[in-house]
Amino acid sequence: MKDHAQLAEAFNKDKERVTWHDETLWFVRTKRDKAAHKFAGWEQLRETASQIKNNVLSNLDSYLLQFEANAIKNGITVHWAKDAAQHNQIVLSLLQKHEINSLVKSKSMLTEECHLNEFLQHNGVEVIDTDLGERIVQFRNEPPSHIVLPAIHLKKEDVSDTFHEHLGTEKGNSDPQYLTEAARQHLRETFLTRKLALTGVNFAVAETGEFVVCTNEGNADMGAHLANLHIASMGLEKTIPRREDLGIFLNLLARSATGQPITTYSSHFKRPRNGQEMHIILVDNGRSIQLGRKDFRNSLKCIRCGACMNTCPVYRRSGGHSYHTAVAGPIGSILAPNLDMEKNKDLPFASTLCGSCTNVCPVKIDIHDQLYKWRQEIVKSGYSPKSKTIAMEAMSVSLSKPMVYDISGKALRFTLRYAPFVINNKLNPWYKQRDMPAAPENSFKKWYDENRNKKNDNE
Amino acid sequence: MSSRNEILAAIAANKPDYQPLPVGLYTPENGYNIVSRFKENITLIGGAVHKINVISEIEQFLYSNFPSAKRIVTNNEALKNVATHLINTDLDKQIPHELENVDVTILDAPFGVAENGAIWITDESLHHRVLPFITQHLILIIKESSIIASLQDAYAKIGLTDYGYGTFISGPSKTADIEQSLVIGAHGSRSLDVFIIGQAS
Repeated sequence: MKDHAQLAEAFNKDKERVTWHDETLWFVRTKRDKAAHKFAGWEQLRETASQIKNNVLSNLDSYLLQFEANAIKNGITVHWAKDAAQHNQIVLSLLQKHEINSLVKSKSMLTEECHLNEFLQHNGVEVIDTDLGERIVQFRNEPPSHIVLPAIHLKKEDVSDTFHEHLGTEKGNSDPQYLTEAARQHLRETFLTRKLALTGVNFAVAETGEFVVCTNEGNADMGAHLANLHIASMGLEKTIPRREDLGIFLNLLARSATGQPITTYSSHFKRPRNGQEMHIILVDNGRSIQLGRKDFRNSLKCIRCGACMNTCPVYRRSGGHSYHTAVAGPIGSILAPNLDMEKNKDLPFASTLCGSCTNVCPVKIDIHDQLYKWRQEIVKSGYSPKSKTIAMEAMSVSLSKPMVYDISGKALRFTLRYAPFVINNKLNPWYKQRDMPAAPENSFKKWYDENRNKKNDNE
Repeated sequence: MSSRNEILAAIAANKPDYQPLPVGLYTPENGYNIVSRFKENITLIGGAVHKINVISEIEQFLYSNFPSAKRIVTNNEALKNVATHLINTDLDKQIPHELENVDVTILDAPFGVAENGAIWITDESLHHRVLPFITQHLILIIKESSIIASLQDAYAKIGLTDYGYGTFISGPSKTADIEQSLVIGAHGSRSLDVFIIGQAS
């Protein structure tokens, strides 16, 4: 399997596209800034959200039981899934029980994490993603590259080609308005004819047993209100204590994600409508383990706004697919190693540790600290990339022994001056898109000794 | 052991020490003109706001803006002359799919929130949950006096009221999934017009 650096290299081949990707996500980040700065009490709002989430993690079992009891009282069937396989099996069993072989799905990163689409397709079930961005990437057999903007890696010309192939739109017409209208017509037909709708969950309220789903397109509602059967899949950590807490989180979510004051639709599902069946699947899939990792449990506070991705200099220039995991970017890089440390050992290294992610996080997750801590865990567990291990050992020797440090410095200055090709060659990834500055005549130590002596002479 | 009990046991074993819920850390901004803020936000998110004194002013708006609309539905009795269907009496037997050809839906809404430009609506007035989504165009009517400042106020007002379904609607449906270009009219309504009825009525 290719690692983050190799996948990023592939993305970086198209320089113009990388620049566009970088600038577009930065634009989204600035929209977030504008919304946050305009909002009086933003920092107190973040702090409140953070503390509510801390409370949730410290009392998660009670809240889940409370949520379950209230949801059942409301007429919702509650299922528990230990892992992705159990979650997928529950969905399949419901389909089989009702003899349904197709469904509409609105955005759910959890079902991406569980690879539900592939599983259902193997079992002869047709899954239609209804979020526009997700529909686009689904046509192309690609995963979403961003949790809020699934098709942000594509240009309108790509979408035009894809829609021409799958929806018969005019060849070469890449007007977003025209393409969106084509998807609207195509999916309207689909909404009207599917019996089962699957949605994600943004917040589940323990106090009332209701769950809230946020969209801008209205696709979750179109699906759920027309289907006989509504399944909502949620990670355990989506639980919040009280209905009033929504006042905090709904103010943060969309502002952090896209700079909007709130999502277009924030729908509260408390009971199935007459004649409808409503199911909720509570999914663990590693979350209870992450809860036990003192350094990493805070990652479970995430409300999936994507702000950390939009601001990340590495994400913006490497693209979501380079993270080879359902949730990309900084938050994905601290969630993924919990699920499979070996497979995701490269991800905590895909960061400059600049801390911008932590600064924008609406629930104050210490993302860059966790990235740094995962690196240590990964090295301790023996999973660190070989080249990094050798380099780190050499570094530790030269830094701990002044004599070795002196000699290495001299050697490096010599090499850079007389034989730069030894370092600046294709084998050294540091030189991709970069060059070394000219090597100084002397070492800093020598300069310091001389200048300090001068200063002393002056005194 | 069932998955449920296994999960609960793992959480109980792994959860951190109890952390209390925060109290009074955040207070919403106040002291601004909430009606203007509400209008600003609705406009920002692609909706339009109209201030009126009497409901009948909406009739004229319909004639001018939707002259070819064939199916206009409402929950407001005062609009029964322009509407083709009253939701509670004419649509109660229909299945949601039959609303597919609704052109305009006009709904009385209980309140709006200034800081988000969001309007609350529950299935008490909707009857069919799908209505504000499946309709081509949506018109919401609220009293000026029912505009409140913040989501905090909104949830204080909602309290623990029972509803089967409730939603905050903030603008027409939209997407920017193609190159971040904003397109109004994704899967839900293509437009949102909000009529604010002044104090006079």
